[in-house]
Amino acid sequence: MAAKKKNKKATVAPSPADNRDFRTGELYAPAPEARDHATIEARYDLFIGGKFVPAENGKVFATVNPATEETLSEVAAAGAADVDRAVAAARKAFPAWSRLKAAERGKYLFRLARLLQERAREFAVIESLDGGKPIRESRDIDIPLAAAHFFYYAGWADKLAYAFPGRNVAPLGVAAQIIPWNFPLLMAAWKIAPALACGNTVVLKPAETTPLTALKLAELIADADLPPGVVNILTGNGSTGDALVRHPDIDKVAFTGSTAVGKRIQKALAARGTPHTLELGGKAAHIIFDDAPIDQAVEGIVNGIFFNQGHVCCAGSRLLVQEGVAGTIIRKLKRRMETLIVGDPLDKNTDIGAINSRAQLERIRELVDSGVREGASLHQSAQPLPAKGYWFAPTIFTDTAQSQRIVQEEIFGPVLTISTFRTPDEAVDKANNTPYGLSGGVWTDKGARIFGATRALRAGVVWANTFNRFDPASPFGGYKESGLGREGGLQGLAPYLHLLP
Amino acid sequence: MKPVPRYLQHSPPVDAVGITERVARFKTRSIKAATKVSGLKLALSMLDLTTLEGKDSPGKVRQLCRKAITPDPADPSLPHVGAVCVYPTMVATAHKALKGSGVHLASVATSFPSGLGTLAARLEEIRYAVGEGADEIDMVISRGRFLAGEFNYVFDEIAACKEACGTAHLKVILETGELHTYDNVRRASDLAMEAGADFIKTSTGKMAPAATPEVTLVMLQAIQDYHERTGRMIGMKPAGGIRDAKTALSYLVMVREVLGPDWLNPDWFRFGASTLANDILMQLAKQRTGHYASPDYFSND
Repeated sequence: MAAKKKNKKATVAPSPADNRDFRTGELYAPAPEARDHATIEARYDLFIGGKFVPAENGKVFATVNPATEETLSEVAAAGAADVDRAVAAARKAFPAWSRLKAAERGKYLFRLARLLQERAREFAVIESLDGGKPIRESRDIDIPLAAAHFFYYAGWADKLAYAFPGRNVAPLGVAAQIIPWNFPLLMAAWKIAPALACGNTVVLKPAETTPLTALKLAELIADADLPPGVVNILTGNGSTGDALVRHPDIDKVAFTGSTAVGKRIQKALAARGTPHTLELGGKAAHIIFDDAPIDQAVEGIVNGIFFNQGHVCCAGSRLLVQEGVAGTIIRKLKRRMETLIVGDPLDKNTDIGAINSRAQLERIRELVDSGVREGASLHQSAQPLPAKGYWFAPTIFTDTAQSQRIVQEEIFGPVLTISTFRTPDEAVDKANNTPYGLSGGVWTDKGARIFGATRALRAGVVWANTFNRFDPASPFGGYKESGLGREGGLQGLAPYLHLLP
Repeated sequence: MKPVPRYLQHSPPVDAVGITERVARFKTRSIKAATKVSGLKLALSMLDLTTLEGKDSPGKVRQLCRKAITPDPADPSLPHVGAVCVYPTMVATAHKALKGSGVHLASVATSFPSGLGTLAARLEEIRYAVGEGADEIDMVISRGRFLAGEFNYVFDEIAACKEACGTAHLKVILETGELHTYDNVRRASDLAMEAGADFIKTSTGKMAPAATPEVTLVMLQAIQDYHERTGRMIGMKPAGGIRDAKTALSYLVMVREVLGPDWLNPDWFRFGASTLANDILMQLAKQRTGHYASPDYFSND
């Protein structure tokens, strides 16, 4: 313990060889977050019925640090038999859990939230190691928001009657939940917290490339003495998720991920009528009117597309700028991109971390190549990228057209397309001209224009003069191919309840 | 793209939430090791060591000047500070004490801090201070006139002050604590630069809030836009309320990332402060020796 403390307080003394000068604008000296308080086991099992158990077929897979390509741990790969066991454990736990006094369910959630806060630093480090996101984001956004979701829904647990006045509510049963790799712990919190608050039990499958924080959460769940089987966590790949969705004894599916997989899930459930919520892809329009606060808008654009390496379903990936200010905005944006530091996710000064996986990096490259081939003008930050690991420089495309793939398809990387518009109607037309409808953004100094544009945008979340801001009390979800149902807020309770007369 | 005609140009609106968020992000920059040491030395060289009290005396001013020339006798490698800043009647004393040191001599003038003297008296005060040996003048604008919408008056008073300065540099104090909104700060910055300011400065230090990182960011962005439009570099001086080395470093991070390395020198950026010096010296001694010394090891001037 003493050693730990010393480590935290130790001064990073300038090494004689390091003569970097603040004045020259070269990179800041390294400021790495300490890793010694984060323990990652060599091997993780499945969390079923309150116990850690190996997969029945004994299979494991490696999870790697995308910034170094080093293996962090080996994780059990759940097969169909394990899905059976987990669903059975959740089913067994359901009667007692759903009949537990609601205030008691709330207490468990409050306890989880507090435990998460206490160990926030450890979770932040592991989230950054496993997923590649900068420690600044995992420390300041992912982990605090995850805890906030548990706190928020803990509060609802004994107030469900007030959430839906005049209705009686009953939990659905066993909820199968599948989450993506971009916000591993936060998505686990989005899924687990409302499900448990409403009295359901859960089988959660974290993403194949980022299983570690969900497994650490399993440790907290065990520490919090949650009754065995209330939360079960199965690591694995797409086939594990497929087996879970097709399991006959589940009562609800909640999925966050790609539109393609969302459609497959919907197809699989079509014949059964199992209720489901799907939070899928997006291609958000980010609209800058010519009366916008320009410097803050540029910052909003940066937060919109470069937050979490652009691995954000609601990323502001299609910039629409009014022609009169397009030149200024693009010039300022290019300048700002040169101050974004890409590199070691554990360095406190890193703005943009590693791309989550090799597969995702290849997909980004393929789409960016298509943009160049289809005639858009590419501009990338000149900041250096690390030699090892998966990296992609902050990228913008100008001279884009609505017909290009980079404008139509979700890239899910730090790649922004910029087009211009002349009138507010044209902005809204272009913004809505997409199969997606998850989020959008509007920058203007005029209140009336904000309301006009936000009413006309067909998107589930619209930010005005900010972007990518999240709060547990605010519902989140999409129109069209961006999904079904809402998560977060009061609205996020309904998908986990039968609303009875 | 053709430039917008002058009569259609106006200061862009400033979004307060966006400014707060951006500043919060600057503050998360973690400045360590060699970057920290060179940053602290830079901050020291940018100090305007200031004494602006009714009880100022020649003895006090001379002490301050010694400190300005040799901030820490234990470390002769340290630079001298940027300037000493005093009232006009103290300029002659300071001028003598600073002679040949390279430390600039700034004087507040123009009925500091309120600015509510007659214009003639305020201009005369500038000429007096310059005549006594000040090579930098820190003027205050008429905030009442500005808030009443009399922008032409404020423009003309700054232009007149600039003329009265002759070759001395003019720093224009906006007293942002009295302007209240970021839109006002931005507009006053644009106005001051157009009217001939060499530096724009946040505050007199005689009221709270004085300099804040938020207000400084708004002014830095105004400087950046002005430079892009005209090619002329304008200096920036946050003053008042910056008391510790860590805060000073976060201001420098802001300058570096908004305006770029060209502004990272005392010709273009200054801190108006008095207690900041010793905290910087203490942090530098800590980096050199590995431990904190008691405040008694640093001179109070």
